[in-house]
Amino acid sequence: MPDHPDVEAWSCPLPLRDYDRIVIGHGGGGKLSGELIEHLFVPAFNRGREVELHDAATFDVEGGRLAFSTDSYVVRPLFFAGGCIGDLAVNGTVNDVAMSGAQPIALSAGFILEEGLPMATLGAVVAAMAAAADAAGVGIATGDTKVVDAGLADGMYINTAGIGVVPDGVDIRPSRARAGDAVILSGPIGEHGVAVMSTREGLEFGTDVRSDSAPLHGLVAVMLDAFRDIHVLRDATRGGVTASLCEIATSAHVGLVFEERAVPVPPAVAAACSFLGLDAMNIANEGKLVAFVPPEGLDAVMNAMHEHECGRDACVIGRVVDDHPGVVVARTAFGARRVVDVPLGEQLPRIC
Amino acid sequence: MKYLDEFNDPELAASLFAEIERITTRPWAIMEVCGGQTHSIIRNGIDQLLPDTIELIHGPGCPVCVTPLGVIDKALEIASRPDVIFCSFGDMLRVPGSGRDLFQVKSEGGDVRVVYSPLDAVKLATDHPDRDVVFFAIGFETTAPANAMAVHLAARQELTNFSVLVSHVLVPPAIQAIASSPASRVDGFLAAGHVCSVMGTRQYGPLVERFGIPIVVTGFEPLDVLEGIRRVVAQLEAGTAVLENAYERVVSEEGNTPAQRMLDDVFEVCDRQWRGIGEIPASGWRLAPRYDDFNAELRFGVGAIDTPESDRCRSGEVLQGLIKPHQCEAFGTDCTPRSPLGATMVSSEGACAAYYQYRRLDAGPGVEVSLRQPAGAGSDRA
Repeated sequence: MPDHPDVEAWSCPLPLRDYDRIVIGHGGGGKLSGELIEHLFVPAFNRGREVELHDAATFDVEGGRLAFSTDSYVVRPLFFAGGCIGDLAVNGTVNDVAMSGAQPIALSAGFILEEGLPMATLGAVVAAMAAAADAAGVGIATGDTKVVDAGLADGMYINTAGIGVVPDGVDIRPSRARAGDAVILSGPIGEHGVAVMSTREGLEFGTDVRSDSAPLHGLVAVMLDAFRDIHVLRDATRGGVTASLCEIATSAHVGLVFEERAVPVPPAVAAACSFLGLDAMNIANEGKLVAFVPPEGLDAVMNAMHEHECGRDACVIGRVVDDHPGVVVARTAFGARRVVDVPLGEQLPRIC
Repeated sequence: MKYLDEFNDPELAASLFAEIERITTRPWAIMEVCGGQTHSIIRNGIDQLLPDTIELIHGPGCPVCVTPLGVIDKALEIASRPDVIFCSFGDMLRVPGSGRDLFQVKSEGGDVRVVYSPLDAVKLATDHPDRDVVFFAIGFETTAPANAMAVHLAARQELTNFSVLVSHVLVPPAIQAIASSPASRVDGFLAAGHVCSVMGTRQYGPLVERFGIPIVVTGFEPLDVLEGIRRVVAQLEAGTAVLENAYERVVSEEGNTPAQRMLDDVFEVCDRQWRGIGEIPASGWRLAPRYDDFNAELRFGVGAIDTPESDRCRSGEVLQGLIKPHQCEAFGTDCTPRSPLGATMVSSEGACAAYYQYRRLDAGPGVEVSLRQPAGAGSDRA
């Protein structure tokens, strides 16, 4: 094997060539992000080994299975209604680890700080991280700090990584979605994205929507206690529920159908989406998951979710079907059907 | 949520569908002029649930789609300058000019910012006196008042670092161009409600009389659109052609007169190129000469840029209702939202993008290819 990416072996080099530089959409969690992973990172790092892309990687070690995940946080502004970059950095990685069914045991935290960042700001962020880690019952065990020149890091960036232990008998990954599985959504969507957007320069608008940032490993634990054989879990962050559903449909090569009317959208989120021309299904969440559960486990999982704070409003939004493999179809409130696709990059407010 | 739930009610929609079905005896082709209406129709699947004999033709009312390539190239040129903060509505960033888009300009170091209101761009100019702030003032009569207000404010504040790149378009001349085209199949129009909220309904009476075609001023929520369709069909079946206002909660006959005065002050009517259609006489607004100091084309000397359109893209025929998006050979193969040939594939309001997004399942064999991509292949590759 060559020790650099084999350009000729790329399964589809064309899309990357469309942009000869990184554009902002490459980080948006949509198609452009997916293409980077699929055509650059996976071929370079996995060298032909079978790989299944999931929120966390899992691997067997003596005595059990570990889950490992990492995520970087570059949110602007640093503080927003319902949270800040600090609790996001803890909850986000806790959730990525939890989506393999694992209970997180430790996190790392890497700080990239901009010269001139007020110490009070850093202090507030660190306090928020500590509080989030305490609430999640996960320790921040190791870390690193770098400082870059003024103007280079939007105040601060944080990277966290987390490890966790996957309970025996749990096998959760996207390719396990099967026809007949119910698709569960753990609660109302769109709050994090709208809360952040409403405070971003150039888009400020008045809303009382707060980020839903929350750790989900407790919810996952009670779901697994109720029913061990959950097929897929995914936290619906960047790209929203749409991206989660589309990635799972592609990964498992199954069709998905969901009822638009079944998806809970808080009125204030619906209003913001309406005037910005956005789709709530595409907006980032930081405390919501989708679960694919076979029919025999559905009642048990739903009951367990409803008794947990993070799953009180859980509902079934759709099901996995044999038809149209790889494609997600929405049934509209009026009973028509339409194909739902992963957003390309960033969500763009429409002109009118 | 007031005005969201009420106008999305499935039971009321079902009764409107039933009523349209009941009164329809013949085939009719109805054009919704506004891109927002197209979006609502496709997103909710309204076109799938109407009687087969009613055909909806998606009109030229997406401002992003009809902005000519030459203007976008001017925007790219201005946005590339190091001293410029270039402000735009979000969905203009992805519209390709000749070879690149504003996202790429941004990735190459251009300071390109998405704003929701042109007044935010004025504020940026106030906050950054050392930079040249340019706002990309596109759109129909709907967005024009805020854009005019931005220029007006900048003039009042005597800002010397604010300018606008104007490419406004007007709905009535477009309806006239479509209705007078020998190839037109349009039997009735849904006029764009928000345009009329600014301009009123008076401009449309003469069009109804001249072409003998019903025009119904229509809103954007699904029930608004259905009510507009019902009223057009009722007129067509009765053999009448009058102007009706089905969006009375927003639109009055005289419109927003203070906004109109502002528009008269800041803009003047001009001939305008429409992407995919060509030049339509007296179909646009440009900055009035008394505001030359705020004219970005003059300030940055980009007036001479003039770029021909792609000859593979049939968006002109789509915008005129002569073909459906999926009837274009390039649809879903060479032309996708990922790699658009024309602007109708770019904006989420564009007819081709709306079709691509929502209707690929049954759009035809050429499109199935893009659905059968295995996980290993890039989706919708060009």
